[in-house]
Amino acid sequence: MIRLERRPAPSRAWAWATPLLAVLATMVAGGLLFAFLGKDPLLVIRTIFWDPILGEFAFYYRGQLLVKAGPLVLIAIGLSLGFRAGVWNIGAEGQYIMGAICGAAVGLAFYPLEARWLIFPMMVLAGGLGGFLWAMIPGILRTRFNTNEILVSLLLVYVAEQILAWMALGPLRSPDGAGFPGSRNLRHYDAAANHELIAGSGMHWGVVAAFIAVILGHVLLSRHILGFNIRLAGASPRAARFAGVNPGLLVLTCLGMSGALAGFAGLFEVAGPAGQINIDFNVGYGFTAIIVAFLGRLHPVGILLAGFLMALTYIGGEAAQATLGVPAAAIQAFQGMLLFFLLALDVMTNYRVRFDVRARA
Amino acid sequence: MDLGSINPVLLVAALLLASTPILLAAMGELVVEKSGVLNLGVEGMMIVGAVAGFIAAVESGSPALGFLAAAAAAAVLALLFGVLTQVLLSNQVATGLGLTLFGLGISSLMGQGYVGIRPPASPRLELPVLSELPFLGPVLFSQHAMVYLSLAIVVGVWWYLRSTRSGLILRAVGESHEAAHALGYSVLGTRLAAIAFGGALAGLGGACLSLVIVPQWTEGMTAGRGWIALAIVVFGSWRAWRVLLGAYLFGGVSVLQLNLQAAGIAIPVELLSMSPYLITILVLVIISSDKRRAQANAPNSLGRTFHASG
Repeated sequence: MIRLERRPAPSRAWAWATPLLAVLATMVAGGLLFAFLGKDPLLVIRTIFWDPILGEFAFYYRGQLLVKAGPLVLIAIGLSLGFRAGVWNIGAEGQYIMGAICGAAVGLAFYPLEARWLIFPMMVLAGGLGGFLWAMIPGILRTRFNTNEILVSLLLVYVAEQILAWMALGPLRSPDGAGFPGSRNLRHYDAAANHELIAGSGMHWGVVAAFIAVILGHVLLSRHILGFNIRLAGASPRAARFAGVNPGLLVLTCLGMSGALAGFAGLFEVAGPAGQINIDFNVGYGFTAIIVAFLGRLHPVGILLAGFLMALTYIGGEAAQATLGVPAAAIQAFQGMLLFFLLALDVMTNYRVRFDVRARA
Repeated sequence: MDLGSINPVLLVAALLLASTPILLAAMGELVVEKSGVLNLGVEGMMIVGAVAGFIAAVESGSPALGFLAAAAAAAVLALLFGVLTQVLLSNQVATGLGLTLFGLGISSLMGQGYVGIRPPASPRLELPVLSELPFLGPVLFSQHAMVYLSLAIVVGVWWYLRSTRSGLILRAVGESHEAAHALGYSVLGTRLAAIAFGGALAGLGGACLSLVIVPQWTEGMTAGRGWIALAIVVFGSWRAWRVLLGAYLFGGVSVLQLNLQAAGIAIPVELLSMSPYLITILVLVIISSDKRRAQANAPNSLGRTFHASG
């Protein structure tokens, strides 16, 4: 008889071991999936996890690694604060889109003025503000009307996608675009472009922001009273109330911070790698960031590592798609699988497995 | 713009059909939540149902087999959630989200070779004599079989939860799993059964979309309907009849906005397309703002992990 016994305190060793085991388990299960699709599993796994870093064409892929990890880490850091406090913002994708739209709109409004010192910082602010305000909708509805923030923030993603389509086809459409959807390309407008800081490295301002967010997130959680309150509210909402934590304010803070970070990520993406507001601008970073946050144990340093791993699956996935014909959707399923294995293995963190031989009965 | 081109009979008939996927998924989730489990993976189960049903129907040529396959596939996926949350005691919110992300991925993987194909037609069920009635005939009595099935399920769920012993146990498990466990009822068994049932209904809803309403397979075709179904359970404050009302309200809004788009009304298409989501949010706000009424019928153990110690 196998029995689970609750640990008095979560096991620290298991807490760090489960993400690694989950990655291994996903590789095995993913390998089976690829074998089922008629591909050589070892070759696919190698293409996804090994070649982008150490393979023949790694010099190209390494730059992509930072480009993809930047937004994932930036969004996931924000989400992790809320998840720790029991505030479930799962609409980061929408906040990411709104940040991009607001930031790009500010940049485009100044076209073709050449004053980078003014325009780029204003775009960054507008991007953060756009994401912040979009996240404030579920925040205020939760605190004021007691509305479930999970459902509202998620439903707002679909609304944001419609606004994105509207903007790409209407107000923000490039006047020189010959009627094609999509705004002017911000990368061709130097005052607003988020160029690579070191050529070929993939390092742009969004990646810098992600690193800053990791450091600030770590300081906030380990040194600041707000971080303490967040952890307290997550562990025991009642205790937090007695300690004088204002639950409504905490909800707004968590949603606001994660929204602003998602908005920043959107702005840096639209002004840099993506270049323009278009219908297909968003590629699901807001959702993948949820997996990144959990895989990183809701810990800033863990999130940084998890962000790179997820970026690797994106890049390796594209490589496997190009060279081996592995369908793009397989990577998405692969990422979902990773979250499943993590959650399943997490039982070891909180529980001990006991094998009784019916001795006590 | 030509509002005269909107035919009210066709509008209401289309409403009943368009609401059916959401209604089915919401009824399934109602039972799941009544047993005290919050499964946020409805969207993922729906889309897997949509693709599995589509594949089975295309390969076998039988829509009925398609629906069966949809229910089975989504139930299997739901049981994955069940094992994770009930046996391995994982967080229900995170696992439900994972289920949705996984379902979206695996569905587009499964549907690779099926884009742009038409499924075998599933004919309307014309009830003799009754379907000849003016207005009521086309609206009520010549619908697709799934519309009638979904209504039968509403009656069935209502009766099951209200008047059967097993329904009472299910509600007891949802209200207080410790008490139900102490009385000797199987919390685990009850919940796993409810989760599988909820998955099967979500799968049927998804197949309804890919086999009858659209009818085609496209990636991400459920477009948030699973989330709207979750919202409708809250809107319906965990009562079968109000869930029915909610589903038809949202079916009505989405059909109406499609008709307005077709009629060329002078509102940007995107604004009309976002209206079902906005109205869902609005209604959620109205329902939730009265805290006591909103929570009166909510299962007490909803979303809490149960671990029988000792």
